[in-house]
Amino acid sequence: MKIRLHVWRQESTDKKGKMESYDLDNVLPDMSFLEMMDVLNEKLTVEGKSPVAFDHDCREGVCGMCSMVINGQAHGPKATTTTCQLYMRHFKDGAEIYVEPFRSGAFPVLQDLMVDRSAFDRIIQAGGYISNHSGPKPDPNSIPIEPGVQETSLDAASCIGCGACVAACPNGSASLFTSAKISHLGMLPQGQPERYERVGAMVDQMEGEGFGSCRNYAECEAQCPKGISIAFIGRMNADYLKATLVEPVDGRGKMHAQ
Amino acid sequence: MLTLDAKLPQGPIEDMWTNHKDQLRLVGPNNRHKYKVLVIGSGLAGASSAASMGAMGYNVECFCFQDSPRRAHSIAAQGGINAAKNYRNDGDSTWRLFTDTQKGGDFRAREENVYRLAELSTSIIDQCVAQGVPFAREYGGKLANRSFGGVLVERTFYCRGETGQQLLLGAYSALEEQIAKKNVKMHTRTELLDYVIVDGNVRGIITRDMITGKLERHSADAVVLATGGYGNVYYLSTNAKGCNVTANFRAYRRGAGFANPCFTQIHPTSIPASGDYQSKLTLMSESLRNDGRIWVPRDPDEKRAPTDIPEAERYYYLEERYPRFGNLVPRDVAARNAKDVCDQGLGVGPTGYGVYLDFGSAIQEKGVDAVKSKYSNLFEMYERITDDDPTKTPMRIYPAVHYTMGGLWVDYNLMTNIPGLYAAGEANFADHGANRLGASSLMQCLADGYFVVPVTIGDYLSRQTPGEIDTTHDQFGAVEQECRDHINKLTSINGTRSSQDFHRELGKIMWEHCGISRSKESLEEGLRKIPELRDQFWSDLKLPGGASELNQSLEHAGRVVDFLDFGELMCRDALAREESCGCHLREEYQTEENEAKRNDEDFAFVSVFEYKGEGVEPELNKEPLEFNAFPLATRNYKS
Ligand SMILES: Cc1cc2nc3c(=O)[nH]c(=O)nc-3n(C[C@H](O)[C@H](O)[C@H](O)COP(=O)(O)OP(=O)(O)OC[C@H]3O[C@@H](n4cnc5c(N)ncnc54)[C@H](O)[C@@H]3O)c2cc1C
Ligand code: SF4
Ligand code: FES
Repeated sequence: MKIRLHVWRQESTDKKGKMESYDLDNVLPDMSFLEMMDVLNEKLTVEGKSPVAFDHDCREGVCGMCSMVINGQAHGPKATTTTCQLYMRHFKDGAEIYVEPFRSGAFPVLQDLMVDRSAFDRIIQAGGYISNHSGPKPDPNSIPIEPGVQETSLDAASCIGCGACVAACPNGSASLFTSAKISHLGMLPQGQPERYERVGAMVDQMEGEGFGSCRNYAECEAQCPKGISIAFIGRMNADYLKATLVEPVDGRGKMHAQ
Repeated sequence: MLTLDAKLPQGPIEDMWTNHKDQLRLVGPNNRHKYKVLVIGSGLAGASSAASMGAMGYNVECFCFQDSPRRAHSIAAQGGINAAKNYRNDGDSTWRLFTDTQKGGDFRAREENVYRLAELSTSIIDQCVAQGVPFAREYGGKLANRSFGGVLVERTFYCRGETGQQLLLGAYSALEEQIAKKNVKMHTRTELLDYVIVDGNVRGIITRDMITGKLERHSADAVVLATGGYGNVYYLSTNAKGCNVTANFRAYRRGAGFANPCFTQIHPTSIPASGDYQSKLTLMSESLRNDGRIWVPRDPDEKRAPTDIPEAERYYYLEERYPRFGNLVPRDVAARNAKDVCDQGLGVGPTGYGVYLDFGSAIQEKGVDAVKSKYSNLFEMYERITDDDPTKTPMRIYPAVHYTMGGLWVDYNLMTNIPGLYAAGEANFADHGANRLGASSLMQCLADGYFVVPVTIGDYLSRQTPGEIDTTHDQFGAVEQECRDHINKLTSINGTRSSQDFHRELGKIMWEHCGISRSKESLEEGLRKIPELRDQFWSDLKLPGGASELNQSLEHAGRVVDFLDFGELMCRDALAREESCGCHLREEYQTEENEAKRNDEDFAFVSVFEYKGEGVEPELNKEPLEFNAFPLATRNYKS
């Protein structure tokens, strides 16, 4: 099949970028989208032009590295699918395809389709963990966990941290990502001691990073490759409210000043 | 000659690790912050060791080439992690996990290390659950288990088909906790290029900032390599695209022994390649073999759709050939048999290199919903790639390069023969011998990272004066200059072929000459072809862009350089090992039933290669293996 690509080209963060167009003639339906990009890049390389920079690693939809907005949608037209898992059979012969980076004020473009998502790591640093040292721990079966709770917690934990939710949101909110981690840990018995401290710290960090606030557009859920539910945002907001209303006694026994 | 002292503890194997820990020298909590430890890699082995050492108070810096430590290749592991918890009361124990691993590895691993791995396995599950890893639970809320290729007990813990993801996110959270507490400094999008060795000890590394292209010096009191495996030497593998041998190979060039480089695991259940543009292969977890039956049509000219072929005309070759284990034979046996039936012309799919993995019987027995819920994301993944629904028509699968047992030689403390340089996880050679059992790599990475390295490293550090050598030392300048020259050499070739193109060609050579089965003749041919390709590479590489900028082509070309040299080392090792063992099948050495035929008399050793300089043949050193606790036995999956 033949396709016409329009790709965002930008040399570096401080340079201005623009769309450039490329034609590809022998694209096969069984190629993945990134394999099609590989073909483009090899062509550009051999022609002595600079190939398109894009992030990718696992190419099986789990590392969260790939990040393209394709025809206006984060990770492209197919629901619950990362860019690397998208196949050319999802496009028509002769299609025009627009490829852009995950845009957001909090995700500066590094080059072409690569963006800086380190803000996500900093949100996790604010509290996306259960404090621990490595060493002897109680036997896990001493704290049974209802399979339903474990399953829902795993639903939230399945977030791959790709940032599509941010790119999809008209407001550039990172609420889906943040709420997924908060819910994963906050639902489990192990996560209880730090539950309210965690939600406060992570939400504050999210806002401090310059992500927009959630206005219930629900575009994040629609474009999330892992189908993370916006119900987790509701859960996060409820926990955040509780954290500010009650005065939780944290695991170390000191009272929080409100 | 390398000095290969494994530093094995004394006493019965059951007490060794405890005794050893009791005798190790330690660094006191007040002194730990004075010691700088660099951890290269943030996969399971790297993230867990960096987090553990950070929490202990060491001054840790961690490096990865991705944009976040959470994206390391470990994230892609699907099936599960083993631990001898014996929750099922089916006869499991530390001893059984130890002997299963030794048998699985075909007795080419050091038994003391393997025993320790089995011993630590249960603590890993405890540690991960404490971090919030949501392992599958049964109705009563207790942890669930499933069984995995090659064993007779159910000891595998899992999170749907995303076990690696959940374990890595656990280790990543622990790492981020330590980053927040300023115990660990993280360097993302940073690639290790070389090591600084002073008076025999590792004293630091040179890295390249992948955004700016800047070369940087980092001094250290110890360095832990957790840079994963090198399956991508075959170009096509189930590994993430960025997996490489550079960190390991550069260490080898600086004097570290490289052990068993040719031991490569070919996984039996991957989705077959569909064309030349194929950039990687996708694994279907072998847990599918619990419910899927493997077959090919008996008639090589079969044209019907698989669902139209009657039972009697299907050749369930594993069930017929290995009645006791059936579809659950170990990986290498399953992979070789798949190749065997395809070589006989019975293969299916457009290339003829594929076999069916059929869920028909399981669906009849348990119902579609039960089977679907067990494998939901694997089925989805398959359908996404191939456009076929595995509940309606059998999957097509074929073997793919998956895991590399070889790696840097390490002693019982996981230190290489370069003092101060440790290797953990897939990067070392330690525990899996000539073949790894399913669900045992995650276990090994986390045992190394949470429980071994953080303890053993103190023994080395306590004998060092912290910060003795800093980045102003001459050797830092010299190595940095070598790195710069190397990069400049690459960017100035100005030929016609992309590094991808060379990589693809190398992959074909490796698959053909050092793949599922090997022979003297074909290995020697491989050893002729690789240097030719390398010469072409150095004269005809086309590398766009410059050195001092974000340049993905340069990153890739740098990795291909090391793959080219390393591929040669693999062939050399495979040629020298004149026996078959585990995944290493030499055609000259097989039983009448085409099983690997070991030669314990002459080859019960670890092959450890020593770099002797550019263009000079490396020296083969041998660490003899002794089997005192669990005596040698021939593997037999037939009866
Ligand atoms: C598809 C798939 C499924 C698997 N499923 C299972 C399973 O079910 N059970 C099981 O036990 N095992 C499984 N395995 C094997 C297992 O996942 C790996 O062996 C294991 O995760 C390796 O972990 P690691 O920490 O050693 O290295 P990795 O996770 O590969 O991490 C390597 C790290 O090193 C860094 N790095 C590498 N080179 C450099 C460099 N030059 N400079 C700087 N940083 C560098 C990378 O950034 C990364 O952070 C699977 C493997 C694959 C491919
Ligand atoms: S919530 Fe979904 S879209 Fe957002 S980072 Fe996680 S996986 Fe990506
Ligand atoms: S490359 Fe890993 S999710 Fe797409």
